Amino acid sequence: MYGYASFLFFLLGGIEALLLRVHLAQANSEFLTAGAYNALFTMHGTTMIFLFVMPASAAFFNYLLPLQLGARDVAFPRLNALSWWVFFFGGIFLYSSFIFGTSFAPMTPDGITGNIPINGGPGAFNFLADSPNGGWFGYQPNAGPFYSTGTAMDYWSMGLQILGLASLISSINFIVTVFNMRAKGMRLLRMPVFAWMTTVVAFLMLFSLPIIAVALFLATFDRQFGSVFFQASNGGDPILWQHLFWLFGHPEVYILILPAMGIVSEVIPTFSRKPLFGYSAVVFAGAAIAFLGFGVWAHHMFSSGISPVAQAAFGLATMTIAVPTGIKIFNWLGTMWLGKIRFNTAMLFSVGFVAMFVIGGLSGVTHSIVPSDWQQTDTYYIVGHFHYVLFGGAIFGLFSGLYYWYPKLRGRLMNERLGKIHFWLMFIGMNMTFAPMHWLGLQGMVRRTWKYPAEAGLETWNQIETIGAFTIALSILFFMYNWWRSKTHGEPSGLDPWDARTVEWMIPNPTPEYNFAVSPVVESLDDFWRRKYTEDEEGRAVRRPEADQVIADLEEIGHNPPAPIHLPNPSYFPFLVGLAITIISYGIIYHTSAWGKALIVGGVLLTLISFIGWGIEPLEDEPDDAAPGNLQPAEAH
Amino acid sequence: MAEAVHPESHGHAEHESTGVDSRKLGMWLFLSSEFLFFGALITNYLLYSNRTGFNIYPREVYDIPFTSVSSFVLLMSSLTMVLAHNAVSRDDQPQARTWLFATAALGSVFLAGQVFEFTEFIVHYDMKLTTNPVASAFYVLTGFHGLHVAIGVFMLLSLWGISRFKGRLSEEKGMNVEMVGLYWHFVDIIWIVIFTVVYLIDAARV
Repeated sequence: MYGYASFLFFLLGGIEALLLRVHLAQANSEFLTAGAYNALFTMHGTTMIFLFVMPASAAFFNYLLPLQLGARDVAFPRLNALSWWVFFFGGIFLYSSFIFGTSFAPMTPDGITGNIPINGGPGAFNFLADSPNGGWFGYQPNAGPFYSTGTAMDYWSMGLQILGLASLISSINFIVTVFNMRAKGMRLLRMPVFAWMTTVVAFLMLFSLPIIAVALFLATFDRQFGSVFFQASNGGDPILWQHLFWLFGHPEVYILILPAMGIVSEVIPTFSRKPLFGYSAVVFAGAAIAFLGFGVWAHHMFSSGISPVAQAAFGLATMTIAVPTGIKIFNWLGTMWLGKIRFNTAMLFSVGFVAMFVIGGLSGVTHSIVPSDWQQTDTYYIVGHFHYVLFGGAIFGLFSGLYYWYPKLRGRLMNERLGKIHFWLMFIGMNMTFAPMHWLGLQGMVRRTWKYPAEAGLETWNQIETIGAFTIALSILFFMYNWWRSKTHGEPSGLDPWDARTVEWMIPNPTPEYNFAVSPVVESLDDFWRRKYTEDEEGRAVRRPEADQVIADLEEIGHNPPAPIHLPNPSYFPFLVGLAITIISYGIIYHTSAWGKALIVGGVLLTLISFIGWGIEPLEDEPDDAAPGNLQPAEAH
Repeated sequence: MAEAVHPESHGHAEHESTGVDSRKLGMWLFLSSEFLFFGALITNYLLYSNRTGFNIYPREVYDIPFTSVSSFVLLMSSLTMVLAHNAVSRDDQPQARTWLFATAALGSVFLAGQVFEFTEFIVHYDMKLTTNPVASAFYVLTGFHGLHVAIGVFMLLSLWGISRFKGRLSEEKGMNVEMVGLYWHFVDIIWIVIFTVVYLIDAARV
């Protein structure tokens, strides 16, 4: 569910990107109005980050974390449902701004709202101009009450608040799952790297989301209730917004990339037929990245006038972060070194990830040099950089995971030929789109510029980028067709299609709804591999003679659980809570009107009623003496 | 669920676990997140409180004796919360109910005090949310704390109601007294920080 919803948002965000690229292919373009252009780049960024990469990662976490730990489910199945519904309604809420949002010209200096619609003038997709348009980081005071009049940015700040809540709930759920739900013998340092990265990401979310919540609340109070936190005219400090936003925003970058790093750390060892080189180094490097990630936020603000000491400190901290990242990259290379590599689609995406991430990572290090950063700030160089890490990094990693774990979902393999076409088109398209951005940026093309003059000589590269963007779009069509067709026509995968290493492959494909018929007992890292292989004197892997029997036994028992298995009942209350929170959010935006107030009151009442109902509803039909905790299934007897 | 997850026929089917109840662990994690939430709000207040040139500062209008009393009331509610938890673990249901209600009542007194304080500031001193950033920061910080207290009161009253309705409180069930207790003590601790840093230390500078 997470997966499909986030893919839908990926398509929406992609269409927004294509519109932007069509517009920018021409100097002095009039294809989009300025208002629509602003709205599109804002919604493209917001969608891709908060509605695609984060929930897509959450989908992987949800599905794979219990499997990789040898557990039946996450610790709190209902909280899981809650975070899904909150996310779902949050996405709908944000996108409803296309319909309900309004956006007017800035207030005049004497405080009179012009009520002049911002989207005047010719151009296609004019109607889009009424959605959030303050950029994905909503800088103040531009996104404040005086410069972004109308409700568009209210939708943005409240929508992000809702989505943040969903992530916070899921992060608690994942951490408790890791701490309390591991199968017997699955010690922390035997967990697959993906499970480790999930843990790290969950902690990042746990500690960074409250900060963006505060920032968004302050902005909301400014916009709705007339407080003046960021309004310089009343003594407020707009730079505070930048600090709060990036104190969340930089950990957020790692929230986006670490899941992909986890996926790659699973795929590369499997297809190199070698254990991950330096397992604990990879794990600790991930934790180090997360830790350092909280200390580098001001490198987004070198041009905002912070003191030279702060610039030096944050510049140094930023360079430090390259160290654990480098450790990971060398570990992946070390894993492939002398491995028997199988280049199928999943592996290609993982190798593509490593290559592209190195490029994006290196251009990232150039930003830590303050004078250089001053030249690059707010140019296309930055846009090129973060698309290399987010597209070449996060998205390649996610696709690698999709190809790798597809059999778990469907019991079939995805088509390799279509998969390879997808990969190569995407790889070429990606480099065509984002590499020229570096050059354009250094030539002086400004980020978020609506128009550039013809004589600036920027048009050629922009046209190439647009072709690249459409190549990516084409590759996505191949992927969608492959996904859909493989469901019925794919080659049946059996239990262990990849000769895999980790415990999630010890159950039949597609995964039974109870996951493990019998909880596994884990004796080592890469436990499944250990059951199939042993080592000769020179340390080479030798397949055990009984390996095929092991697989056949697992297949047999996986389909026939020895004891009946109860699963928690579905519940309506998470849905109601998600709905209620969204109703309150609409109410706050329109709180000046009577029906807005009614929405707030109704939403609060619905929340309270749902929570009480949730509190007294039993988790299963037939509670026995070891009665199920309402929210918890952990304590065994 | 505990039974369900691990068919008893397979004795080895245990979990690696911290040994801490999952709900409690979840609550601790949630509270750790909450600390950052209030940390950011308090920082926000301190930032503006240190700026010069505003026409009015909260520290000029604090009524320290009054707030001390209401802080004392909130502190005492932690005591009654502990007594309630103690009564539950002794399975003394009527007493548990009494102490839960007492905790909710003390929390409500604190909230009433906050409403009075806000009204006082707005009506007598004309310090509104919209006046200047430091006033905004004060109201948003203490307001969010008040909201947390109100949610706590709601949870306490729900427990009290469930206990009245069902006759007893079960510790195995969902939100139990211990969890609400954790939350309540957290809200209390945050108030100690706010009262010290935002009220006492700030007022000493006038």
